[in-house]
Amino acid sequence: MSEFIFENTNTADFHGVWVYCEQRKGALMSTDLELISEGRKLADELHTELCGVLLGDGVASLASELGGYGADKVYVCESPLLHDYTTDAHAKLVCDLVAQYKPEVVLFGATNIGRDLAPRCAARLHTGLCADCTHLDVDVDTYVDFLRTNSTLDDKGIGAETLHKKFETDLKMTRPAFGGHLMATIVCPRFRPAMATVRPGVMTRAPFDEAKAAAVEVVRPAFALSEADIRTEVVEVVKAAKEMVDLLGADVIVSVGRGIGSDVERGIALGQELADVLGGVLGGSRVAIDSGWLSADHQVGQTGKTVHPKLYIALGISGAIQHKAGMQDSDCIIAVNKNPAAPIFEIADYGITGDLFKVAPMMIEQFRAHKDAKASTARTFS
Amino acid sequence: MKIIVCVKQVPDTSGKVSVKEDGTLDRASMPVITNHDDKSAAEAALRLKEKYGCRVIAVTMGPAAAESMLRDLLAMGVDEAYLVSDRAFGGSDTFATSQIVAAAVHRIGIEPGDIVLCGRQAIDGDTAQVGPQIAEKLHLPQITYAGAIDMDGDTVTVRRMLEDGYMTIRAKTPCLITCIKELNPPRYPSVMGIMDCMQKPITVLTYEDLKDEPLIEADTIGLKGSPTNIAKSFTPPLKGEGVMLEGADKNTVADLVARLGAKHIL
Ligand SMILES: Cc1cc2nc3c(=O)[nH]c(=O)nc-3n(C[C@H](O)[C@H](O)[C@H](O)COP(=O)(O)OP(=O)(O)OC[C@H]3O[C@@H](n4cnc5c(N)ncnc54)[C@H](O)[C@@H]3O)c2cc1C
Ligand SMILES: Nc1ncnc2c1ncn2[C@@H]1O[C@H](COP(=O)(O)O)[C@@H](O)[C@H]1O
Repeated sequence: MSEFIFENTNTADFHGVWVYCEQRKGALMSTDLELISEGRKLADELHTELCGVLLGDGVASLASELGGYGADKVYVCESPLLHDYTTDAHAKLVCDLVAQYKPEVVLFGATNIGRDLAPRCAARLHTGLCADCTHLDVDVDTYVDFLRTNSTLDDKGIGAETLHKKFETDLKMTRPAFGGHLMATIVCPRFRPAMATVRPGVMTRAPFDEAKAAAVEVVRPAFALSEADIRTEVVEVVKAAKEMVDLLGADVIVSVGRGIGSDVERGIALGQELADVLGGVLGGSRVAIDSGWLSADHQVGQTGKTVHPKLYIALGISGAIQHKAGMQDSDCIIAVNKNPAAPIFEIADYGITGDLFKVAPMMIEQFRAHKDAKASTARTFS
Repeated sequence: MKIIVCVKQVPDTSGKVSVKEDGTLDRASMPVITNHDDKSAAEAALRLKEKYGCRVIAVTMGPAAAESMLRDLLAMGVDEAYLVSDRAFGGSDTFATSQIVAAAVHRIGIEPGDIVLCGRQAIDGDTAQVGPQIAEKLHLPQITYAGAIDMDGDTVTVRRMLEDGYMTIRAKTPCLITCIKELNPPRYPSVMGIMDCMQKPITVLTYEDLKDEPLIEADTIGLKGSPTNIAKSFTPPLKGEGVMLEGADKNTVADLVARLGAKHIL
């Protein structure tokens, strides 16, 4: 392996915000669109361009979609050697492109692939990488506003003046640490690019802009990649047989926890029916998954999915910090729990102390009645 | 053939976590455990050892107290251990940590046929970065998120877990694999193991021992040298007061429906 040489301490040489756009079997990941939307905001704050990096085999047609969400430019590398994701091929291309074009920020989705690739690249590029970010800023005033509403810090603790002095143009990457007990904002002042993986489901997707989609510039840089560069062989790629539960896209999530333990079958049925009535999906706490009551794709929380639906209903969930980490940003939270001291009530908008096996059926009945009533008034007026 | 397992002692964040006035974690109040994924990596190494016969070496970077974790691993059946420990290493981010651990692994020596195993991620920082970064520094191919590992001669076949399925990946040794907790449940130490572990060697490596390793760059280790810095740490505020609805009967639910309706949530 030849030595990779990259001089990156002269931070003024670096321009542009990049998003590594992960595709699986020729389809973009929803995370890509979230990151492109967020990247747009950062590029505007830095007065620079936003570029997507798209590596694959016959993927160029995806570029306009990236454009529609905010990309000015998309670097496309296509090769049969990029058909399946391999760490070696993707790391080589990302690092070679970064060394050639010198972006100041590179974002990856914190997916199983993004978290495989980004650290490998950061180590080769000799720069810092912040894992699993949930919030990004460049502009200091915006960051200060963020701290005002999202931290317990007072003005002195925030120290706006110092932030201006020390981190005016640095990417400020905020992430939960220690299971969500603490938040930390990370900077990478000495080296470029500043790199981050970003938690899926957290950044909001911008509205699609047809004109921008049509205007996106596709750049096909020359690249060197040979079979000898790739030291792992992909024998097969297997998609889970079952339909994945779309927790991330759901407006309503009804989650069940250990509280259904006394009658699991009925507990699941109640949760599912309540979700159906509200047009939502069923989620669960880690206990519900570890006990085998629900499959892993239902898990909400630190090691599961981070969700922010309009309505989150927690049935028999205590509200451990790791669970809260994945759902506390829901617009409205309803909790049903026997124990009035359960921590879930600290973050619930509406709490009901009681047995979920009694309360959930009443909710199903009355929510359904409400929905039917609404539907019939809608008909009367149409 | 040998297997080097990188392990970390971490505060148990599943229990009560207290935060000090200045916003940093009150580590003294928390028990320490061996990171779950790393224990599962150690178990995987011991299973390969039982099948193919090889040495298993545990490596950790951490304070002197991490020795207790290494003794536990030796009691499980690990053959020898290295404790990489120095004030100069304290406060390292993942870039710095991987550089130091990679230098220690390089010192131990990587030969054809060897495997380096890491956990997927450590529960204190949850970054999952150190494994791939060690692999890069050592120029080893990497396979992350291993849910099953098979070996045949100089070839490993790994089931690499994805969010929506898995990939089967093959690589030649030497290579680095990161293991998820579900890979295999770790064994408990046997009585013999516990008796033997005190006789097994633990080698301490300090900055002085490693500073001439080609991988060590003096200006990117420790708190000051780390490429990333913490600009601010803070606790999230509690959400505004919610409403507790009394009664848990039909009227309570009717009240809930009315409130949600008024706010256009239903
Ligand atoms: C590193 C790490 C990562 C983790 N990641 C996650 C994660 O991603 N997601 C996650 O959820 N957890 C996660 N956890 C686990 C977390 O700490 C908790 O153990 C878990 O969330 C608890 O699930 P639970 O609320 O269902 O169970 P419990 O904590 O046992 O709570 C059950 C609740 O149900 C109530 N109850 C019982 N019966 C009834 C009834 N009939 N009617 C109404 N209420 C009833 C009880 O009062 C209790 O409050 C993680 C832990 C660690 C260490
Ligand atoms: N200080 C350390 N000493 C040895 N191995 C470590 C250390 N920190 C992290 N690792 C390894 O790298 C993995 C990922 O850690 P992290 O990137 O911190 O989530 C862990 O599961 C360990 O196998």
